[in-house]
Amino acid sequence: MSAVEDYKSSLSDPASRKFETFSYLPELTAEQIRAQVAYIVSKGWNPGIEHIEPENAFSHYWYMWKLPMFGETDIDRILAEIEACHRAHPNNHVRLIGYDNYKQSQGASMVVFRGPAK
Amino acid sequence: MAKTYRAGVKEYRETYWEPHYQVKDTDLLACFKVVPQAGVPREEAAAAVAAESSTGTWTTVWTDLLTDLEYYKGRAYRIEDVPGDDTAFYAFIAYPIDLFEEGSVVNVLTSLVGNVFGFKAIRSLRLEDVRFPIAYVMTCGGPPHGIQVERDKMNKYGRAMLGCTIKPKLGLSAKNYGRAVYECLRGGLDFTKDDENVNSQPFMRWRDRFSFVAEAIRKAEAETGERKGHYLNVTAPTPEEMYKRAEFAKELGMPIIMHDFLTAGFCANTGLANWCRNNGMLLHIHRAMHAVVDRNPYHGIHFRVLTKCLRLSGGDHMHSGTVVGKLEGDRQSTLGWISLMRERYVKEDRSRGIFFDQDWGSMPGLLPVASGGIHVWHMPALVAIFGDDAVFQFGGGTLGHPWGNAAGAAANRVALEACTQARNEGRDVEREGKDILTAAAKHSPELKTAMETWKEIKFEFDVVDKLDVAHR
Repeated sequence: MSAVEDYKSSLSDPASRKFETFSYLPELTAEQIRAQVAYIVSKGWNPGIEHIEPENAFSHYWYMWKLPMFGETDIDRILAEIEACHRAHPNNHVRLIGYDNYKQSQGASMVVFRGPAK
Repeated sequence: MAKTYRAGVKEYRETYWEPHYQVKDTDLLACFKVVPQAGVPREEAAAAVAAESSTGTWTTVWTDLLTDLEYYKGRAYRIEDVPGDDTAFYAFIAYPIDLFEEGSVVNVLTSLVGNVFGFKAIRSLRLEDVRFPIAYVMTCGGPPHGIQVERDKMNKYGRAMLGCTIKPKLGLSAKNYGRAVYECLRGGLDFTKDDENVNSQPFMRWRDRFSFVAEAIRKAEAETGERKGHYLNVTAPTPEEMYKRAEFAKELGMPIIMHDFLTAGFCANTGLANWCRNNGMLLHIHRAMHAVVDRNPYHGIHFRVLTKCLRLSGGDHMHSGTVVGKLEGDRQSTLGWISLMRERYVKEDRSRGIFFDQDWGSMPGLLPVASGGIHVWHMPALVAIFGDDAVFQFGGGTLGHPWGNAAGAAANRVALEACTQARNEGRDVEREGKDILTAAAKHSPELKTAMETWKEIKFEFDVVDKLDVAHR
């Protein structure tokens, strides 16, 4: 059995902060983001984009990037909006959401660009 | 024309067997599996069950004539063979809605599974399923919040939630217990849980436990930036004491409490669910004692009926079995009752053990909780079987990690997220499970170590209570 290792996480280290689904995996690659967008579209959910300063990520309400893209099924257009939000707010977390209007909930929600920890 | 009174004993089937009866939308329907005593015909046995669980008694009484028994009686209206079993048959019985007090699971069960289960003409009796008419469903409070509200409150979307029952079950001091909670939550779990028999024993009184756990939750939230909860068990010897504990959890700002609905009873549970709805508190339901009632294939109450009763009485989570872990439950049957927990409308489907269509109307659904002997290697199957609307609870599978609870929690979280990501990408998570976990472990030493630790653990015993279609 390997030696016990310390679990690195603390209040003083902003890198310890997580942001829910997929935040325990490495940052998604462009190809992986495309696959998740395709999943949202295949489910018939409405894509939405939000962003926020990493230090304020705990709040329920992040800043909406424009409006949710109701009925949008073009993966490239959704990816272009994600990119546009990221370019406008390079230091913020950018979150991709799939709104499931039948369940009145979010079927998917994940950070696709991670702002620098501070 | 008025009837005349004739004292004496009549055969039950003269009054309570009506094969041509047209069931009403408002009737409460029940399916019993009956094994009659030798020499008792099926129709007579079925009628006896209908009589003894509704208006009848063993002899004619003059007061029967003071009411309209045709209106109030339960009726056996159908008999079916049990597939692959000559000793038993299914009896379908319709009860008029007037027989039951509105919003009272207590009253329904007192009739349906009351004296009739000790009736001598019957060798054994099992309540397999109940159709609650929508008119009755709407008189019940149901889950205090339901799946959608819980996701919003806890900010968990697009994946199942993760929990852990703190062990050892009994004996920890409140402060050490809070330490175990904190370590799990900072490692990436969403919830931790009191074990069911943790109430308020001398080694750890409830108030001390609640206070230390509250600090653990606040610190883990600040550290991880995620919302956390611990199912604070408020199951108590009296309702007064139960409410006192619930009030203190609220005072501490805790998001969720817990209750054992069978040992404490439906009266206490329904009251607590109402309290939770009024106080913005999520309610986790444990099911201690259920296997006493539901495991024997010939006698008792099937778990799908207990599930329906709990959804009516109220709870936001309930244990469902895991299919893959250490506790009883076959896959099709489990899929049946998790639908009964989560869906708005569940259609009759004998291949999943569902005997009736069930309309839940606007009543929220609740999250099934898979708990008992599961670890990271089970994650692909759990994601495939349960999907996102569930809580996976790893007790030993978190606390037993060689590096401690935080590492164990992180391993589970990485495994869950990797499987969820792969599922979204269109991969067959169950078949490719090993590859998915192995790839994820490359960037998570915690997961790699967990996979090495639990590689050989399996629980491959045959289930005792199988679906009747699978007998023989």
